[in-house]
Amino acid sequence: MSQSLFEKVWAAHTVRRLADGQTQLLIGTHLIHEVTSPQAFGMLRDLGLRVAMPHRTFATVDHIVPTDQFSEPFADPLADSMIKELRRNCAEAGITFFDRATGRQGIVHIVGPEQGITQPGTTIACGDSHTSTHGAFGAIAFGIGTTQIRDVLATQTMALGRLKVRRINVTGRLRPGVYAKDVILHIIRTLGVNGGTGYAYEYGGEVFDRFSMEERMTVCNMSIEGGARAGYVNPDETTFAYLKGRPYAPKGAAWEAAVARWRATASDPGCVYDDTVAIDAAAIAPTVTWGINPGQGVSISESIPDPSRASTPDEKASIEEALAYMKLRPGAPIKGTRIDVAFLGSCTNGRLSDFQEVARHIKGRRVAAGVKAIAVPGSQGVGRLCAELGIDRVFRDAGFEWREAGCSMCLAMNPDKLVGDQLCASSSNRNFKGRQGSPTGRTLLMSPLMVAAAAISGSVADAREVFSVNS
Amino acid sequence: MALSKITSITGRGVCVPGNDIDTDRIIPARYLKCITFDGLGEGLFYDVRRNADGSEKPHPLNEARFKGASVLFSGANFGCGSSREHAPQAIQKYGFRAIVAESFAEIFFGNCTTLGIPCLAASRGDIAAMAAAIDRDPSAVVTVDVAAQSVSVGGRAYPAAIRDSARDALLNGRWDPIGELIEGLPAAGAQAAKLPYMAV
Ligand code: SF4
Repeated sequence: MSQSLFEKVWAAHTVRRLADGQTQLLIGTHLIHEVTSPQAFGMLRDLGLRVAMPHRTFATVDHIVPTDQFSEPFADPLADSMIKELRRNCAEAGITFFDRATGRQGIVHIVGPEQGITQPGTTIACGDSHTSTHGAFGAIAFGIGTTQIRDVLATQTMALGRLKVRRINVTGRLRPGVYAKDVILHIIRTLGVNGGTGYAYEYGGEVFDRFSMEERMTVCNMSIEGGARAGYVNPDETTFAYLKGRPYAPKGAAWEAAVARWRATASDPGCVYDDTVAIDAAAIAPTVTWGINPGQGVSISESIPDPSRASTPDEKASIEEALAYMKLRPGAPIKGTRIDVAFLGSCTNGRLSDFQEVARHIKGRRVAAGVKAIAVPGSQGVGRLCAELGIDRVFRDAGFEWREAGCSMCLAMNPDKLVGDQLCASSSNRNFKGRQGSPTGRTLLMSPLMVAAAAISGSVADAREVFSVNS
Repeated sequence: MALSKITSITGRGVCVPGNDIDTDRIIPARYLKCITFDGLGEGLFYDVRRNADGSEKPHPLNEARFKGASVLFSGANFGCGSSREHAPQAIQKYGFRAIVAESFAEIFFGNCTTLGIPCLAASRGDIAAMAAAIDRDPSAVVTVDVAAQSVSVGGRAYPAAIRDSARDALLNGRWDPIGELIEGLPAAGAQAAKLPYMAV
């Protein structure tokens, strides 16, 4: 019988049915970082339990690392205690830790794929909601809570209810200047921030067939912003080519066997989905959020919504709440909104191709006076590649600060923060109130090239106009 | 590990209205800089409850009449955003023992269940009615009945739903699955041996 990738992977990893009806699911790969794991190790100690399969867990440090300080101890004693705690836990349990000295450190969702740890047909868990990123490889990847981290450490399994699968087909071709980030912002805007509740999203169609792995990761990354528990793309030649030769990818004869297995894990033609959605690529424009959740977005040529024209009282209330926080004028065009900060980076858009694409366009241009612009590679690996290609120079010459790898200004756990009610054009994934470190800070989510266009213009701009991208 | 059977929670209620209340709002990221969950209760809803100088903003949790409430009411998609367990931990450490909302974000719901916090979904109209009743009389007794899937305020009951697996886990004292998962360890090892990428 035809099966979806989700069904195949779920079946292959099912250990047994638990008394409450959930499934005890085997977790092939467990990724941990400094923020959500220390309490789990603490729980393990309290219960007198050991890590069951330490070789199936990998650690990195990302959220709390300063991106402009290279030596320890960190200036922030709390941050310093967190990295030390992770180091200690990994050493005690025998877990591989991509510490800064290894040159492989970075944001967990960038490091897994980069090292070839993220593979098709596997189950992956990590105490971080953007674990859905790894689905780009045809893995079923779950963001989990700390108690579940404990469960995975102790048993390499966790208890989970089965998800439904929604196939999202993006057909046709994207117009120039429209990126993977716009695709996912468009999907979230269309299906809603909780439209994915209870589902795994399977992304496909011509647009995904043509996408690079990095573009697929950008989309899968934000599945969670659409409420889906997981998101994935079926593995294909693009996937295999990306993985070949990576440190943890199978080698020699094992590689051929793995590729054959991976191929077979893709959804069968004719398999049945719980729901199917079609999206026309040509209808997607560069998208910018104006509100306080990632579904509150408009295309660059549209205006900020006017609550008085909302179709339901609920919608009216949510627009009013968002605009009051964002201090934006209803009905005004989003284009031309002044910005204070531009942030390029995060697990959504902190990969080589993101910086490459921006560098191609900003050569010879300057960040507008008064705008603080920072570019933060998602991993030490990305940073090295950018340096080899001279991309860091291009950014510096344009007036960006070029930083070391980490989550940086995606969230408020390291020194990179908004101040007061600064407005930030950001390539990250969340625009919640206070997300970027100031309780009144404001975030507009957009693609990396749109962030660059805003940095150079000093206000939200259409990257296609700023950089003369032909449409 | 014997866990308690959670069949119902009785206490007083407070409503924090709004839809899409995300985990960043429930517990701001700076409170995640910790290596234990102790003390998280103080950070609950911090940025919407307090100004930068620590003075209080108007917020239901700051109102004396709602102090000591153990059932939290809210709107749709409660707990969306980050998977941080710090959010339900903060809610629990603050003193809440059950949450009633229009709907819950997936990961948050799972995290709560594992901590033994029942999350029941009720209709918007019923939540509004219950919130109004609590507002009129903050001392009204609120009972969240997991077994009967209902919530009552001051004696008047409203229907409320909780997913079967979570209901079963709470009622039967197996909301923390660790014991059962450990029993399954040999089976897990056998299953792992069948997967080429896991077998070493
Ligand atoms: S970059 Fe942002 S979203 Fe991604 S893991 Fe770091 S903090 Fe989370």
